[in-house]
Amino acid sequence: MSAIGGGDSGPGGDRRLVICHLYPEYLNIYADRGNIAVLSRRAAWRGIAVEVRSIGLGEDVPVGEVDLLYVGGGQDREQALVAPDIAGKADQLRAALADGTVLLAVCGGYQLLGRSYRDQAGAELPGAGILPLHTVAGPRRLIGDVLLDCELDPGDRHTVAGFENHAGRTLLDPGAEPFGRLVAGFGNDGESGFEGCRLGRALGTYLHGPLLPRNPWLADWLLVQALARRETAVPVLAPLADTFEHEAHAVAAQRARDRGGRS
Amino acid sequence: MRLATEITLARAVGALSRRTGRGGGTTLPGKLLLRLDDAALSALALRLPEGAIVVSATNGKTTTCALAARVLGEGRTLAHNGAGANLLSGVAATLLAAHRADMALLEVDEAALPEVVRRVAPRVLALGNLFRDQLDRYGELESLAEAWRAAVAGLPASTRLVVNADDPMLGALALDRSGTVTYGVDDPAQARPSLQHAADSKYCIRCGAPYDYAAAYVGHLGDYRCPRCGHARPALTVAARSIALDGLAATAFDLVTPDGSCRVTLPLPGLYNVYNAVAAAALCHALGVPLAAIARGLEGAEPAWGRFERIAVDGKTVVLLLVKNPAGANEAVRTLLAGATPPRLALVALNDAVADGRDVSWIWDVDYEPLLAGLERVVASGGRAAELGLRFRYGGLDDAAIEVIPDLEQALDRALALTPAGGELVILPTYTAMLALRRVIAGRGHVRNFWDAA
Ligand SMILES: [Zn+2]
Repeated sequence: MSAIGGGDSGPGGDRRLVICHLYPEYLNIYADRGNIAVLSRRAAWRGIAVEVRSIGLGEDVPVGEVDLLYVGGGQDREQALVAPDIAGKADQLRAALADGTVLLAVCGGYQLLGRSYRDQAGAELPGAGILPLHTVAGPRRLIGDVLLDCELDPGDRHTVAGFENHAGRTLLDPGAEPFGRLVAGFGNDGESGFEGCRLGRALGTYLHGPLLPRNPWLADWLLVQALARRETAVPVLAPLADTFEHEAHAVAAQRARDRGGRS
Repeated sequence: MRLATEITLARAVGALSRRTGRGGGTTLPGKLLLRLDDAALSALALRLPEGAIVVSATNGKTTTCALAARVLGEGRTLAHNGAGANLLSGVAATLLAAHRADMALLEVDEAALPEVVRRVAPRVLALGNLFRDQLDRYGELESLAEAWRAAVAGLPASTRLVVNADDPMLGALALDRSGTVTYGVDDPAQARPSLQHAADSKYCIRCGAPYDYAAAYVGHLGDYRCPRCGHARPALTVAARSIALDGLAATAFDLVTPDGSCRVTLPLPGLYNVYNAVAAAALCHALGVPLAAIARGLEGAEPAWGRFERIAVDGKTVVLLLVKNPAGANEAVRTLLAGATPPRLALVALNDAVADGRDVSWIWDVDYEPLLAGLERVVASGGRAAELGLRFRYGGLDDAAIEVIPDLEQALDRALALTPAGGELVILPTYTAMLALRRVIAGRGHVRNFWDAA
């Protein structure tokens, strides 16, 4: 898989980040490389050197080196091909999270990080069991625009706009924290009003579109969390002029209000 | 005689709809007929002396049909849904309007295909390719492929199947049905060095192992072989060899068939149009058309509307290239860059109506970067213009080079103003954006409405 642009490394400085993209050859259905491009560029624009590595089937997670792990979405077929591998990486993933690595999992990747996925026929696909949830296939796909209210840090509220397309109903364990609360759209299961899951520095969500371009605050939140693994002081990022980002967010948010959660 | 009454009624509605200016009136009579009589479509198809030809594909079905119409239209009256009315209702409307037609040539939407095939029982079914497109509407690519497999399995013995063998899923259909006409491209010199990012079917449809490609041409189309189970491209009945691409003007290739071969100069650009031409040739071959007549038809081709269509506007030329999914967009970009002077200005328009796909994430799977490298300015337009702005910003274009103008008419005027006198403006719109832009241009008297041209 080729990267968008080519802005993998920024100009010098001693700040650096290692981003690992899991299974880019298999899980890339909804423009997942757009999320990687946004993280890379926004870091590079702040003078942070970024290295993006791919982790394929049978390859180890470089625990101790990786600052941010990304897992994207795939169709059922590709997901079934990687499920046993990601389940086998559970200990490595857990060790990386304990080391302060940030994790972002979208759509199929989100499902695979839970305990299991039960398909329409009743067969159980094992997951990594990192996030406190499991997923059960529903009778029809939940497709449409989504708008969320998020408060990842107390008192710091933001909205997230995206698109969802999933057959799975994801059920959070009692007490588990969602990524956001639905303003419009279906979310985890079409009923609970919750979307995604947050466990410390690990985020799972159904939102693609891709997720990060029109939600720049979230991209920056992930970068700050990732920098915190190496930096002793609380990392600060210089602000960027996000004109198109805010315009695109406003349009997507309005789409969700107008037509989300009704397919 | 119930059918005759219903047909008269439905036709009258179509004429009224055209006269009152409510769209082309292209599908309304069909919708009405289907409501009146569930069996009407089969009955209409049965009345055609030379039967119905059905063509489907994610990309290229409109152009393939336009090319086949050139060949098949010689000496017979064709009923042809050239206006893009390719759902069940559009097919019904086309058959309704086919007063004394000898044969119907029907372009059919991928999702509508199984239903249309079941009702029409075509004489020839030609399947071109399946790419990732509008997942919000079609669901997963695999479920569409499964519906196609079932439709083919249910075909009557009288139907001749024609498939693009370069698409692994379709090539497998040929292996399962004897008498199938296969077609493809056979010219390693045109192969891409590696599969593109947007390639959809990289894994063996039988065992899941990644295919080895002796040559990959367009997306996942090519000469593939599974190293584990041996599933490979079947032998080609009709092939394009020794291909020469002549920038934005034309292509030439050896058309190789069981009846012999000949050099064809096709007045359409790009390797993807060679696929469309060889698809048209293969379906005409399946109908028994002589090679010379096929070549003559292909050489007389014109671009289908919105597919590399050139329109003169105030001393400048607008080039419209419909773009609706990553594979198609990649080919549009590849073809533009093959021109003598790659564009320095482009208008890209992204809408998100149902017909465009409500999910706009696909723009991030398009390899725009080679095009962006040569652009001094890009005007982003349509309902999701700002998303395009982001795509180009994160694709490495300077913010100062990007103008976001959601209103299509304003964006067109701005882009035309930026185009030098005598110059060319490249426009890459999604489906409804193309219709809207064409309407604006037609409103200024530069081009006919499509329902008049069809
Ligand atoms: Zn195989």
